[in-house]
Amino acid sequence: MTLATKQLTLSYGEKPIIENLDLQIPAGKITVLIGSNGCGKSTLLRSLARLLKPVTGAILLDGRDIFQHPTREVAKQLAILPQGPAAPEGLTVFQLVKQGRYPYQNWLQQWSKQDEQAVVQALQATGLTALADRPVDSLSGGQRQRAWIAMTLAQGTGTILLDEPTTYLDMTHQIEILDLLYELNETEKRTIVMVLHDLNLSCRYAHHLIAISNRQIYAQGSPEEIMTEQLVRDVFQLDSQIAVDPLYGTPMCIPYGKGRKLAQRTAVPQY
Amino acid sequence: MKANYSVRSRKFAVSLLISRRAFWTTVFFALITIALAIVSTGMGEMKISPAEVLKALLGIGSPQSALVITTLRLPRILVALLVGGAFGAAGAIMQAIVRNPLASPDILGVTGGASVTAVAFITIFQSASIFLLPFAAFAGAILIAFVLYLFGWKRGLGSFRLVMIGIGLKALTGALVTIFIVLAPQILTSKAMIWLTGSIYGTSWTDVSLILPWFLILLALASICARHANILQLGEEIALGVGSRLSRNQLCLMLICVGLTGAAVAIGGAIGFVALLAPHIARQLVGPSFGSILPVSVIAGSFIVLGGDLIARTAFAPLDVPVGAITSAIGAPFFIYLLYKNRGR
Repeated sequence: MTLATKQLTLSYGEKPIIENLDLQIPAGKITVLIGSNGCGKSTLLRSLARLLKPVTGAILLDGRDIFQHPTREVAKQLAILPQGPAAPEGLTVFQLVKQGRYPYQNWLQQWSKQDEQAVVQALQATGLTALADRPVDSLSGGQRQRAWIAMTLAQGTGTILLDEPTTYLDMTHQIEILDLLYELNETEKRTIVMVLHDLNLSCRYAHHLIAISNRQIYAQGSPEEIMTEQLVRDVFQLDSQIAVDPLYGTPMCIPYGKGRKLAQRTAVPQY
Repeated sequence: MKANYSVRSRKFAVSLLISRRAFWTTVFFALITIALAIVSTGMGEMKISPAEVLKALLGIGSPQSALVITTLRLPRILVALLVGGAFGAAGAIMQAIVRNPLASPDILGVTGGASVTAVAFITIFQSASIFLLPFAAFAGAILIAFVLYLFGWKRGLGSFRLVMIGIGLKALTGALVTIFIVLAPQILTSKAMIWLTGSIYGTSWTDVSLILPWFLILLALASICARHANILQLGEEIALGVGSRLSRNQLCLMLICVGLTGAAVAIGGAIGFVALLAPHIARQLVGPSFGSILPVSVIAGSFIVLGGDLIARTAFAPLDVPVGAITSAIGAPFFIYLLYKNRGR
């Protein structure tokens, strides 16, 4: 499956958010959208999942306008996890994950063997099998986010879009979620597109990085290619130094600003 | 013990997953309600034992009690069950589509809308067929639902906002009802007043046959749409994401809800707070899954109206208090509690 945009323009009310954007999402890769607050990266992600109608231009799914596909068929190829979803009080993990099977069901056929298999697998992949009967609202933030990801997995799509899946999570759980997505990409070759705020984690996990600025793509490519001090300055209006992640070798952005400065340290990394 | 039963038939391409807890709760609650119905049938000026009621229902009782039961008491009991069930289902559907625990057809003025057109129908078209009354009630209910949709629904649906608009609409419909009653000939006034508070006093088999088809058809449709309501509870974006045709499903569910409200109001009058209470009871018993809530909410609604009516006609005997007075006495404090609990949302 291919996902692309053609001369896409998006807006909220009168104000254009994205203008004339041409974009090709690389299949089987992890793509991360970065950009400052309000630059339109979430809007773009939501429009890729047909949650938002373009003003002009189109989202192309396999070369055809996504709104010309039956929405149910789109849901079998592409899943989206919006930001901060809320489950009704008392809904169990199992009941939530089961809902991912919606596009495969009808009023007579509501729990086929395939449905059951997909749900069991999704629970396994996210390590939630033991928590299946627990209410979602009783879980920790990380577990809760895993439950929602399990729901999108149960949807059995080749592509998963996620809007800031690590927001409000502590560092341990951020890594846990990103590792899970990395695994899904590695072992099942699922295409993953997500919006992230943490530049360093973006550089570590993304095969393909897309920086959005001024209603357009500022740069895209592998983090090693495009992550520069100039990019951070232009996209985030922030001065920084790009170093090398001592553990992974991926680019690392160290921002300038105020703060305590220890005299014996120099600006040059010591390792 | 497994938490769910899965039912599959390859031959008919049918498969279903039923929560064990929901299934047994439904069965148990239904049995209790039936038992209450039987006991309630025996209560009244002439006391009849439950055993005698059962005999009469099976056609082997004494002719005397059979007459009292089948022609006088049974229609009232059945109407209580049906009206309550319809309100219960309407409340469950409403809360699912607007994702708001404070919402219900009576709080939001939909019941009021149904009352206006029903009263107008009674007072203006005095000679028209009574079978048209549900349609009249339906028309008023749908008008209010449309206004709600225009003003509150499409813009975020903040709990309090929607409730405020609803309360405003309710006041407006109340005023209109008063106008119609004042303008009506005097003989109709007291009849309309009793009907308004919500009363199933003096119902007959005609009333049963009036509401039964609406109840059965709309409930069947609601069951078919249950999975759409279920996905709506996760929010619009999730629903769209999994391929739900959102506007169409919301509209269908709303029409079912309005239809059930209209039918219930046409027969039972504006019996307050049943549609609000029933889904909350259901949620407490079986959790938030709509497929489980719907049947339990129907039974809870039946139970409330049946129990309320029993209290209404026995506690103050020989007076026959409208059942709506009893349900409101329980429901209004509960609504205040809900407002308090959901403050700041």
